[in-house]
Amino acid sequence: MIKRPLGIYVHIPFCVEKCGYCDFLSAPAGVDEQSKYVRALLKEIRSYEPVGDLFMVDTVFFGGGTPSIISPTLVAKIMDRLREVFSFADEVEATIECNPGTLDEKKLKSYVKAGFNRLSLGLQSANERELKTLGRIHDYAAFENNYRLARRNGFANINVDLIFGIPGQDIKSWKQTLETVVGLQPDHISAYSLIIEKNTPFHYRYGSEAGKKLLPGEAEERAMYRFANDYLGDMGYRRYEFSNHAKKGKESRHNIKYWTMQEYLGFGLGAASYLGGKRFSNPSDMEEYIEHAPNSYAGFRMQPVRPEKRAMEEFMFLGLRMADGVAKADFEEMFHVRFESVYKNVVDKYKRSGHLEEVDERIRLTDKGIDVSNRILADFLL
Amino acid sequence: MEHIPQERIRNFCIIAHIDHGKSTLADRMIEMTGLLSSREMQSQVLDNMDLERERGITIKSQAVRLIYKAQDGLDYMFNLIDTPGHVDFNYEVSRSLAACDGAILVVDAAQGIEAQTLANVYLALDHDLEILPVINKIDLPSAEPQRVIAEIEDVIGLPAEDAPQVSAKTGLNMEQVLEAVVERLPAPDGDPDEPLQALIFDSVYDPYKGAIVFFRVRNGRVRKGMEVLMMSSGAVFEVVEVGYFGAGQFIPCEELSAGMVGYLTASIKTVRDTRVGDTITQKDRPCVQPLPGYKAALPMVFCGMYPADGAKYPDLRDALEKLQLNDAALQYEPETSVALGFGFRCGFLGLLHLEIVQERLEREYNLDLVTTAPSVIYKVHKTDGTVIDLTNPTNLPDPTLIEYIEEPVVNGEIMVRTEYIGAIMDLCNQRRGKYLGMEYIEATRALIKYELPLNEIIYDFFDALKSRSRGYASFDYELKGYERSDMEKLDILINREEVDALSFIVHAETAYERGRKMCEKLKEEIPRHLFEIPIQAAIGSKIIARETVKAVRKDVLAKCYGGDITRKRKLLEKQKEGKKRMRQIGNVEVPQKAFMSVLKLEEE
Repeated sequence: MIKRPLGIYVHIPFCVEKCGYCDFLSAPAGVDEQSKYVRALLKEIRSYEPVGDLFMVDTVFFGGGTPSIISPTLVAKIMDRLREVFSFADEVEATIECNPGTLDEKKLKSYVKAGFNRLSLGLQSANERELKTLGRIHDYAAFENNYRLARRNGFANINVDLIFGIPGQDIKSWKQTLETVVGLQPDHISAYSLIIEKNTPFHYRYGSEAGKKLLPGEAEERAMYRFANDYLGDMGYRRYEFSNHAKKGKESRHNIKYWTMQEYLGFGLGAASYLGGKRFSNPSDMEEYIEHAPNSYAGFRMQPVRPEKRAMEEFMFLGLRMADGVAKADFEEMFHVRFESVYKNVVDKYKRSGHLEEVDERIRLTDKGIDVSNRILADFLL
Repeated sequence: MEHIPQERIRNFCIIAHIDHGKSTLADRMIEMTGLLSSREMQSQVLDNMDLERERGITIKSQAVRLIYKAQDGLDYMFNLIDTPGHVDFNYEVSRSLAACDGAILVVDAAQGIEAQTLANVYLALDHDLEILPVINKIDLPSAEPQRVIAEIEDVIGLPAEDAPQVSAKTGLNMEQVLEAVVERLPAPDGDPDEPLQALIFDSVYDPYKGAIVFFRVRNGRVRKGMEVLMMSSGAVFEVVEVGYFGAGQFIPCEELSAGMVGYLTASIKTVRDTRVGDTITQKDRPCVQPLPGYKAALPMVFCGMYPADGAKYPDLRDALEKLQLNDAALQYEPETSVALGFGFRCGFLGLLHLEIVQERLEREYNLDLVTTAPSVIYKVHKTDGTVIDLTNPTNLPDPTLIEYIEEPVVNGEIMVRTEYIGAIMDLCNQRRGKYLGMEYIEATRALIKYELPLNEIIYDFFDALKSRSRGYASFDYELKGYERSDMEKLDILINREEVDALSFIVHAETAYERGRKMCEKLKEEIPRHLFEIPIQAAIGSKIIARETVKAVRKDVLAKCYGGDITRKRKLLEKQKEGKKRMRQIGNVEVPQKAFMSVLKLEEE
């Protein structure tokens, strides 16, 4: 029997200290709470035992929060449980997200032993003042130290997360951050635009009209984005998605699954899954989640298959995030309906305005389109 | 109920300036005559629309019958008719006054006479009503009853020395009011044995009973089963039910005779057959001539009303039809706008009337409305000698075809404390007012008279007046007539497209100012697009103001974590939802509320 490829996401909702801009499900917690959570997580994974055989896991991603703050023994236990329930492909891409300053040799060795082969380090900026503004717990030196330690301990594939558009940042300091990071030659760089999310301290500080003036202007922020694309491109990092740049062959296979509607299962608090045409998210309340975990698979089975209309919308608004955009042929193969019969008007409208382009039967956003992608993608909702 | 002879009937209303306690006084009288105990009483029984209670104003006339045992030991029948207090509803007031023989004039012991007090008194005197002054709110620390008595005597010329001094709120001295009604207000005249002659003063529509006609019997009697004739419409009906007014309910009875106030139903399908002011008589024994009617309500302010969702057009039409059943002053006719689609041009007595209709449509009929700027009726004299009544600025003929334009003007009276005279006169001058004169009511208060163009007072004049006098000024006006004036049509262009729903007529002198303010306001209201949007104000082909809505340069989503696309979807859906509340003008999306926001341009 041919097994279906599957991505697995494991959410670790703990961190040392919450950053001012962060609106992910994550908070500081004591050791007891951490182990209680992991026990639920293990039960949740086990609940998939009846169907585990059907899948071949080819990507794993431990994200958070900061997965590296829980005990490496717990991390290893989760990996073991995953291997018990599912088959793993030989060339599995297994990523663990870590915060600079939380790694040591022992931890790294333990991760390698557990089967991780990719590390994602959240640096955000190489500028000390900007790190402070963001509320990060580490300085640049701590990052470089952890980065080199990881390389020495067998991580041949490392991603560095960066943020631009930070209060007080200008194109010059952004350039310095990029140059510093490229100097270390990571395999993958994610560069996200800082978004001021509701219900964060940053929203309180920078959400008002007056607060917005403390942020780099829209034009400067877009110049930073364009600079990163050009510079990283020259340095051998191809932009394969809005915010993701990789050396050849080092694109994150796990992330690509999200944009191209491949199947993945999410375990843990608030984690999202896409499987068998269904989308499903775990409870984001801790108590509710712990209660739900042992019957997670049963709950998933009850989910209805999404209507085709929603699937089409997702195909477009996710796929258009990829640098290569979407292939009309893929759309037609998936939905058995002519691409033009669904999206001709909106595609024509934005082709005329220069926000979309069509190359070799693929539709993709232009640079101009990426800058305002939000409202263009919204137009693909049917 | 034992029979109460005609000489022990009193038909009266209560007139007052807004907030002088008219409804509280009515409530207290209802309570004291035992119609309802104070526990049963929802405060302010007579204001029975939600809107009326919330705003503390009376919109529709209401009536109630009370039985009062007077100090002479006899029972008296009081028919109390509540009237609206606001100048917009003078028409309703005059309808109710026609059913009365007397009026209680309520004056606030602290504030004294206000502009609407005067206006209502003059209306009451026009109808030959006997007026009984009552000084209210004497429990207030700032009450000065002697000063107010002097004011009533000096300004209105009514003897007020014996006026009951009461607090309707606490009930203090209220029995004096009831006794004074018995002693000083006249009993109705009229002969119950004459042919039936009854005046319609209002009607409401009931889905089960049809139109319920409110009337006052002048002569004769009306009873169940009688065939009646509506003298002006010629319609004939068989009376199904006659009755009188309880507190918030209709109480059927055998017959109503001369001097009485009540209602009848007769399976009347349309309220048009029961025109207010018409005379009801008996078909087989008609009276010689109808009673004099009174002036019909003429709408003075017009605006376009459009459903926010174009598909709701039929719902809006049905709602307007139903509202009109109870609101004879409301007019409407279908119109179309390039920007707003299908809607109605509606006529109102004034801006308050407009707001109330709008609120009722939104609340009671669940409609989301887009309203265009209110306009008055302009008389456009064309070069070919014809005159058109212009209610929609869009329909203004080409300037080369216009000889001249006339606009409506009013005689306005503003009562104000002397320290604010300067500020008020400034305001009136800004609004193109013509000063007519000033009278001192007493050392600290004056009555200022101005002739004002109606179009200058329909937007935000009340608000401006209040803010410049710290709430102390009161205002009343009546239409004087039409005057030739230098008016122009101001057009608004959004991204170089003329938006018909935003056009309006403006005086040449204020055109620049208004054009500039409108552009500024629209710039705030119109969201940024993917391209730059010019907003221009123009008179003919001449651009007089411009603002620019800058293009969006950045609109991106945050990192999508762990494949959780539901949040992304929600964001995109929200964006799409926002578009639905927009009106497409060319390729620009304009929020619905932009059309209304331009109404209030006065700086805060």
